[in-house]
Amino acid sequence: MAHSYTPGLKVLKKTLFSKERILPLKGEVLVKQGDKLSPETIVASTSLPGNIQMLKVNNILNIEPGDVKACLVVKEGDSVKKGEKIAETAGLLGMFKSSVESPTDGTVESISDSTGRVVLREAPIPVEVDAYVSGRVGKVIHNEGIIVTSNASFIQGIFGIAGEKQGALQLVSQDPSEELTAEKITNDMAGKILIGGAFLSLEAYKKAMSCNVAGIVIGGFNYYDLKEILGYNLGVAITGTEKLKTALIVTEGYGSIPMSKATFDLLKSHNGKDASINGATQIRAGVIRPEIVIPLKDESSEDISSNVQEGIQKGSVVRVIRSPNFGKIGTVISLPAELQKMESETMVRVAEIKIDDKNFLIPRANLEMVELQ
Amino acid sequence: MSKKIKSILATDCGSTTTKAILIEWKDNRYRLTFRGEAPTTVEAPFEDVTKGVLNAVMEVEELSGRTILNGDEIITPDNGEKGVDIYVSTSSAGGGLQMMVAGVVKSMSGESAERAALGAGSIVMDVLASNDGRLPHEKITRIRQLRPDMILLSGGTDGGTTTHVMELAEILAAANPRPRLGQNYKLPVIYAGNNKAQDNIRKTLGEISDLDIVENIRPVLEQENLEPSRDKIHDLFMEHVMAQAPGYKKLMSWTDAPIMPTPGAVGSLIEMIAKKENISVVGVDIGGATTDIFSVFEGKFNRTVSANLGMSYSICNVLAESGLDNVLRWVPFDIDHRNLTNRIGNKMIRPTTVPQSLEELVVEQAIAREALRLSFIQHKAFATSLKGVQSERTISDAFEQSSSGQSLVNMMELDLLVGSGGVLSHAPRRQQAARMLIDAFMPEGITQIAVDSIFMMPQLGVLANIDSKELKDDANQAALEVFDNDCLIRLGTCITPIGKAKPKSEMAQISLSFEDGSTKKVAINEGSLEMLEVPYEPVKIEIQPSRGIDVGAGKGEPLSSTIYGGVVGLIFDGRNRPINLPKDSSERIQNLLNWSAAVNEYPKGDLF
Repeated sequence: MAHSYTPGLKVLKKTLFSKERILPLKGEVLVKQGDKLSPETIVASTSLPGNIQMLKVNNILNIEPGDVKACLVVKEGDSVKKGEKIAETAGLLGMFKSSVESPTDGTVESISDSTGRVVLREAPIPVEVDAYVSGRVGKVIHNEGIIVTSNASFIQGIFGIAGEKQGALQLVSQDPSEELTAEKITNDMAGKILIGGAFLSLEAYKKAMSCNVAGIVIGGFNYYDLKEILGYNLGVAITGTEKLKTALIVTEGYGSIPMSKATFDLLKSHNGKDASINGATQIRAGVIRPEIVIPLKDESSEDISSNVQEGIQKGSVVRVIRSPNFGKIGTVISLPAELQKMESETMVRVAEIKIDDKNFLIPRANLEMVELQ
Repeated sequence: MSKKIKSILATDCGSTTTKAILIEWKDNRYRLTFRGEAPTTVEAPFEDVTKGVLNAVMEVEELSGRTILNGDEIITPDNGEKGVDIYVSTSSAGGGLQMMVAGVVKSMSGESAERAALGAGSIVMDVLASNDGRLPHEKITRIRQLRPDMILLSGGTDGGTTTHVMELAEILAAANPRPRLGQNYKLPVIYAGNNKAQDNIRKTLGEISDLDIVENIRPVLEQENLEPSRDKIHDLFMEHVMAQAPGYKKLMSWTDAPIMPTPGAVGSLIEMIAKKENISVVGVDIGGATTDIFSVFEGKFNRTVSANLGMSYSICNVLAESGLDNVLRWVPFDIDHRNLTNRIGNKMIRPTTVPQSLEELVVEQAIAREALRLSFIQHKAFATSLKGVQSERTISDAFEQSSSGQSLVNMMELDLLVGSGGVLSHAPRRQQAARMLIDAFMPEGITQIAVDSIFMMPQLGVLANIDSKELKDDANQAALEVFDNDCLIRLGTCITPIGKAKPKSEMAQISLSFEDGSTKKVAINEGSLEMLEVPYEPVKIEIQPSRGIDVGAGKGEPLSSTIYGGVVGLIFDGRNRPINLPKDSSERIQNLLNWSAAVNEYPKGDLF
C-alpha cells in the first residue's frame, strides 16, 4: 500500500512520558528508583569547576619559567585567599624583594615549568537538576541523574523559546482561531501557562512578561517579532537557553494560524491543571521540539504509549504546512504514484487531499500527519 | 578475476532529503537507470536515518520493478532478479562537525588550523590564538560555552619555542571542555603543532581529553602540511559525530565501503573533473543547512563550508546575513515583507517542504542567489595559495593572508561552474539554475555552466573513492561513465565582457560559426541579458570587445575560442560586474522581467 513518511508532532491524551534529567558533569543522585517527584524536587547535584585565573608569575617577577617553582610560597592543591602572597623573589641581600599576590580566593591548581604560569581555580559552582515534571523516578543513572516518568498528556509544538517552566494552565482564548490579545492578559496570571488561539502579538507577549506569566502556548507568532525579544535575528532554529520570564511555545508556525483543534481541545480539557513546559527547540539532526507535559493523577500502568502511525496513508488526517492552503487540515483521498507538475512546474509526488469538501493535489512533502489519540 | 559488478545502489543522506540511485551494467557500460528520494528521517516519530534510506530505495523499487529490499534489509549481491551487487552511501545527516581550532599566531598557525578543519568538512566555531586579544579566562569561558565536537591545536614550528603552544594547551586543560554530545567520552583533541612539545602536550592534555598527535601543520614557517590533520579530523568525525545521528550505526553496517561525508565525496568528484579536463572549476553544493564551495584554480583544490547558509534549516540565517532587501532585489513583484519573513521562518521550522506555487519558487530562488553569493564571498576569502599536502609560502605571503585572502579565485580564469544541491538540481527549468549560478557567482569572460542533473555527485564521489581491491576498478568505471553520460548536464556557456561602459552601449561584437556551417553575429550591450539556443556542440567564437572592455584577452583585445552550447544555450551577459540592480523599484522589476523573459526562465502568466 502506498504510504509516505512525514514528520508529525505529537498530541497525546495519555502517554507514559519519560525524560532524562542529567547533570552536566558527573555528581550525586539524590533520589531512588520509584520515588515520587514534584517538578521542583532536586534529583541530582554536582559542582562545576570554578573559574580559572592564570598568573604569569615569571613575567611579574621577571624570572625564567623554570625558576618559578623556587620562588613559590604555595604548592599545588593549597587554598589561597585574595591578596595572599603566593610567590616572592629572594631579592638582594634580603632587600628589594618582588612578590605576587593572589587576585582571588581559590585553590592552586597547577604550576607550569614550561610557561611559568600558576593556575588558580576559584570556588566550585554548585549545580542542581530538578525533576521538571511530577511523576516518579523511572530509572537512576549512576552518578549522572535519573529518568523521570509520568503518566501525562503530551503535546509538541513546532517552535519555542526559553527553557523549562511550570505553572497551571489557563485558557484565555475560547476558540483556536481567536487571537490572544494584550488586553486579555492580566496581573493575576502571574506564574500561569496561558493557552491562546491563533496568534500572539509582540505587544501581548511583552504584556505577559510584565505580568510574570510563566509561559504561553499559541498557534502562531510573527517571525520578525522574535528579533525584538531575542535581540538578534534568529538564523537557525536552535533555542532554549534564552533567559526570558515567559516561555513561548508556538504549535503551528509563523503568522496567524489557528491552533489545531486536537491541540486546543486537549489543552482546554486540562484547564487549571499544573503543567511543565519547555520551549527548547533544535531543528537539526537529533531534533528537539518544544513540549507541554500535563501530568495525570491516574497512575494506572495500562499501555498508554504513543500509537505511532507508519506514515501518511489513505484516510490519514493531515495538515498542509506550506502555502497555498497553509495550516488547513484535510483527509488523504489518494496517494498517486506518478510525479505531478505543480504551478511552480516542480515535479513532485503528491497526495490528493479533501479540505472542506474540496479536493486538492498537494506535494506530500508539504503535508504533516496530525496524530490523534 | 572477480565477477563484473552488474548493479550498484548508492544513497546520499542529506540533512533534508535522502536520495537513492540505481546504476546498472547495460549494453557494455554503466548507466544510471532509476532514482528515488524521500525525506531524511532524523525527526520524530522515526528518528532513524535508515528509514529514509529504505523509503528512497522503495521508490527505486516501485519505479524499476526490481526487488532490492527484503523487509528492512538490502539484498546483496544481485542474483539476476533481486538485489544489488554493492551498496554505498554518503551522509551529511549528522548536523555537521563543529570544531574549535587554536594556533599561536592567528594569521599563521591559527589560519592553517582553520584551513585544515574546513578542508576536512567542519564548521569552525572559533579560532583561539595567543595573539587574539582575549585574556586566558575569556578564552576558557568561550571554550566552555561553545562545547565543540573536536578541537585542533597547532602552533610553533618543529624544534622551535614551545612556550606559546604550551600556554594554549594549559588554557584548554583549565577549561576541561566537554563534548557537545554525550557524557561518556572525552573530547577529541588533535595536536598538530611543534613536535618538541609533544611530550608536554601529552602530560597536559592526555588525561582530560581523547588526545591524538599528528604531524605539525606548520613544520616550518613557509610550509603547510594539512593532510595529516585533515585525515585525523575525518576519522574522528566518522567515529564520534556522524555516529550520533540516529540509525547511523545500522547504516554503516549495510554498506560495502566506508560511508563518506557528502562534502568530501562531492569535492573529490570536482577535483576529478578539473584534472581530467585540465581546467579551472568552481563547484557548489547548496544544501539545507550548509553550502559547500569547491574550487580548482592553477591545479590547487580548495573547499569551504558556509556553516549556516542553506535553504531550509539555515534559510533564516541567509535572510539575516544578506538582509531582506538583498533577497527582494531579485523578486520581480511586490510582496508584503512581514508575510514573506513569516513564510521563510516556516520553511526553517518545517524544512522538508517544497514550493508548490510559482511565487514561492521565485522567492526561494531569490534566497538561493543570496546564499550562493555570500558563500562564494567566504570561499574567496579562504581560497588562498594552498597546495594540498604541502604548500610553499613565502613569509611575505603569510603576512598578507589575512588582509588579501584572494589569491586563487580569478573569475576571468574560470572555465567551468558546476552547481549541485536541491535548489539548483531540482529547479523546474534549467534556465533557472543557470540564472541563479550566473547572478550569484558572476562569472567573467567565457565560462561553461553545468548542473548535477539529479544531484548524484555525492554518490558518484563515494563510488570513485572505493579502495577495496575487488570493487575498485568497476566502481571507478561506473562513477566515470555515469558522470559522463548521466550526471553533469551542460547548461551552456556564459559570455560576459567586463569594463567601464555607458548604459546600453555596445560592449562586444561576437561572430559565431556553428557545426552545420552557418554563422551568426551578436552584439552585447551594457545592461542586457540575451540567450541563444544552441545544443551541446562546439561553436567557434570570435569576440571583439569595445575599447576598455575585457573578455579574457585583455582590454579591447579580440579573442577566438571554441565554446559549447547546452540545454540552455549561449548566454550573453552585458550586466557588467558586479551586477547592479536599479534602486528604483519599477525599473528594477522591469529589468528582472526582461532578463527572465530573455532566457525563458519562468512560465508566462500572471507573474511573468
